[in-house]
Amino acid sequence: MTQYLAAFVVGGLFALVGQLLFDLTNLSPGHVLSGFTALGGILAGLGLYDPLIKFAGAGATMPISSFGNSLAKGAIMEASKDGVVGVLTGMFELTSAGITAAIVIGFLASLVFNPKA
Amino acid sequence: MSTNQQVSPEQRRYQALAKKHTPKPPVLRHAVAAFIAGGLVSVVGQFLTNLYARLLHLTPDKAGNPAVATMILIGALLTGFGVYDRLARLAGAGLAVPVTGFANSIVAEALEFKREGLIYGVGGRMFTLAGAVIVYGVVTAFFVGLFKALVK
Amino acid sequence: MASGATLRARPAPRRIGKQTVQFENPPAIIATGTVVGPLEGKGPLGHLFDHVTEDELVGQKSFERAEQMMLQNAAYTALNKAGLTPEDMDYMLSGDLLNQLITSSFSALAVGVPVFGLYGACATSAEGLGLGAMLLDGGFANYVMVATASHNRTAERQYRYPNEYGFQRKPHAQRTATAAGAAILARNGEGPRVTIATTGKVVDRGIKDPYNVGAAMAPAAASTILTHLQDTGRRPQDYDLIATGDLALYGHRLLVELGRTEGGIDLEPVLDDCGLMLYGQDQEVGAGASGSGCSAAVTFASILKDMRDGRYKRVLVAATGALHSPCSFQQGEYIPTICHAVSLEV
Repeated sequence: MTQYLAAFVVGGLFALVGQLLFDLTNLSPGHVLSGFTALGGILAGLGLYDPLIKFAGAGATMPISSFGNSLAKGAIMEASKDGVVGVLTGMFELTSAGITAAIVIGFLASLVFNPKA
Repeated sequence: MSTNQQVSPEQRRYQALAKKHTPKPPVLRHAVAAFIAGGLVSVVGQFLTNLYARLLHLTPDKAGNPAVATMILIGALLTGFGVYDRLARLAGAGLAVPVTGFANSIVAEALEFKREGLIYGVGGRMFTLAGAVIVYGVVTAFFVGLFKALVK
Repeated sequence: MASGATLRARPAPRRIGKQTVQFENPPAIIATGTVVGPLEGKGPLGHLFDHVTEDELVGQKSFERAEQMMLQNAAYTALNKAGLTPEDMDYMLSGDLLNQLITSSFSALAVGVPVFGLYGACATSAEGLGLGAMLLDGGFANYVMVATASHNRTAERQYRYPNEYGFQRKPHAQRTATAAGAAILARNGEGPRVTIATTGKVVDRGIKDPYNVGAAMAPAAASTILTHLQDTGRRPQDYDLIATGDLALYGHRLLVELGRTEGGIDLEPVLDDCGLMLYGQDQEVGAGASGSGCSAAVTFASILKDMRDGRYKRVLVAATGALHSPCSFQQGEYIPTICHAVSLEV
């Protein structure tokens, strides 16, 4: 139960910060989401994102910042094995599922659905 | 007369006047709605993660992958059925910040430009909105990874 | 061999003031045609439009084609009401919001009249009425058709976001109207007359936000309306109605304030806005309507009717347009705006 509560609160907080940025600044959704993603990568580099996931579960894996974390984590993990080249080869290892799903599902959805009239 | 480079005093005066007449969004209401919506999305995500961990015998870590993919599917379906944008009007960042927002931007673009054909419409425009997220995620991860690799 | 002195000694006879012309034989608007989308049809003026479409696709394969169909429909409706054919038209003056005026071009192709394409964004209707009146009063035409259209879905996909995108609108954003309007002007005939036209200059007072076009355009409206009043020696109360095109709620308030502070006049008693007239309070349309079709449909269907019914004797239609492009905003440029005004009298 506490697991769900932690997920709710942390996921909610990510959204709350995003919403305040939308309403109080001139930043567009593109700016805010790119920023969140980059933030995820930076927190990964600082070793702070994984503990957040341990604490909040989906509260940290659902927001787009998790994507940035996975990209960085993949790069770091592979680099620790193969050196600098690992940064390139490991980049999409952990995010492969998400990106593949997004492209395939996006494509199929565009075939099946039509924009509303 | 002017571009974004220099602001004349006349423009500055009008900008202030316009600001006075520009309504503020309902910040508190939006914030509460976003918090609740973002929280609920994470709760659903947690439920899916636990479900996949049990069904597919995965560690919670690995179970995150099918959970994220499922949320992408849900976001895509809601977009296709024309429901997502109506929910987002209320939920705001609560739906935009999670990966559902990523899926929505992809499907919305692909649907809108379907009439321009499968290659340039669907294929070419799919990442118009989501592309920046991928670019800045990868670029940040690259420099973070590089830094860690060299500093080690 | 004309010297500057000779030219200055014989100024153009129908110009008055700085930006205004007064017609010798004011042309009449003898017929109009208006076609609007379902949301507009549900608004307070819904019963006044000639046709309300069932949906925004109108049985076409794209929204762009739907917009063309609506524009053509409006043109043919006006012709039928006037008892005229396309062959009777000497010129068509047409504009729209889409890149390269594609709607106007395909519509002009279908209607088959010699055409001048206009770009005034949402000010196209007044721009067309002014230019059309010049062609007629100058003896260059017997009949001129002025037509414009806008469509919510074509404008959104060109300027803003895809329709299904989960984006929260700011409260001052306006809704581009799905509407088309066509008017036939004639040298002789029954109908409200275009007596005076004031052509606007481009105005830029430092507004960047394309979701705040009302605020961007208000200074243009102030500039043209004040110049018009100075050029003609008229006061706001000489008009029964001064109708701007699509300033909507916040632009309207800004115009009233600019009128007071910069022009020393009170516009409020006679000022209204087509963008505020098109939709009802209960319809979720942000600050109001926008789009070139908005001022055309409201002016042709509602304001002209009120004039023919005797409710208004003299109206100033001051349509406003935001002249930005889809990429000028991304390049950080301000929004250039314009307002064209025509005086209509019975």
